[in-house]
Amino acid sequence: MDQLIRAVEMPYKKEWPKLAIGDHVKVLTAVIEGGKEREQLFEGYVIAMSGSAGGRTFTVRKISHNGIGVEKIFPFSCPTVKDIKVVGHGKVRRAKLYYIRNLKGKKARIKEKRETKK
Amino acid sequence: MKALIGKKIGMTMIYKEGVAVPVTVVKAGPCVVVQKKTVENDGYNAIQIGFEDVKEKHVNKPMQGHFKKAGVKPTRYLKEVRVDNVDEYEIGQVLDVSIFEEGEMVDVSGRTKGKGYQGTVKRWNFGGHDKTHGTKYPRHGSTGMHTYPGKVLKGTKMAGHMGNVNRTILNLEVVKVDKDNSLLVLKGALPGAKNSIVYVRSAVRGGK
Repeated sequence: MDQLIRAVEMPYKKEWPKLAIGDHVKVLTAVIEGGKEREQLFEGYVIAMSGSAGGRTFTVRKISHNGIGVEKIFPFSCPTVKDIKVVGHGKVRRAKLYYIRNLKGKKARIKEKRETKK
Repeated sequence: MKALIGKKIGMTMIYKEGVAVPVTVVKAGPCVVVQKKTVENDGYNAIQIGFEDVKEKHVNKPMQGHFKKAGVKPTRYLKEVRVDNVDEYEIGQVLDVSIFEEGEMVDVSGRTKGKGYQGTVKRWNFGGHDKTHGTKYPRHGSTGMHTYPGKVLKGTKMAGHMGNVNRTILNLEVVKVDKDNSLLVLKGALPGAKNSIVYVRSAVRGGK
């Protein structure tokens, strides 16, 4: 039964780098305005992921001008999502970082995970 | 009229020109024509279609005879479809999803999920009442007037059994037809639970 749903979703499936909660990401999306297509970059932390398979989404939060928090929810399979780049991994202990909405300034940052040298 | 019997598989979303479309996946057909009804014989024109093969031993004797007469394998579900011209169909002919096209409008009938005995808030979208602050009966409000009419009018919205009734959703768009898996991808939600039987026909009202 699920396989039949997957068959419908398949054409929209895309390969992206594996995201984790707390990751610092850059998401490039196509925006169609007045018949013209341009690209828009959204950079921030992944604070949540939800859904499954074809409906899976991730939420990116950034602090815009004047310290206004902006969140965007991107579906993984959305054709307008052109590129997802992982800049760094965050050191977090939760699956949903909603607490960060209540924090300001320096506290609203996520500590970066240092790669251990082998 | 074009029609198929199918099974509701579940919902997902797909994209059309960058816009997410909520869709329901239906495994429709293949359906076999079991019987033809004509004006001369039955007073109206129709074909009877069957869906989902079953073993002969799971079909009772009278139905076994019915399938044997048509020379087709016994099926679990049967449904009559009114058609203008019966001659276009042959007994034993197999109808599949390719009778529908993308962009076409269809109607879907099915049995809704049973909700059991429900109050007026869920069943009729009543507002409800305060649970506290001195209320004695936090249920629905008045069910009628006074000496005139002196009775509760028929059809008054009250608590009762909800769901488990046949419902038809009109004018759903066929977003995609997958012939390999015999799937119909319809825009929007359908009545019933996953794996329940639905009846898909071309739209009778409006539509494209």
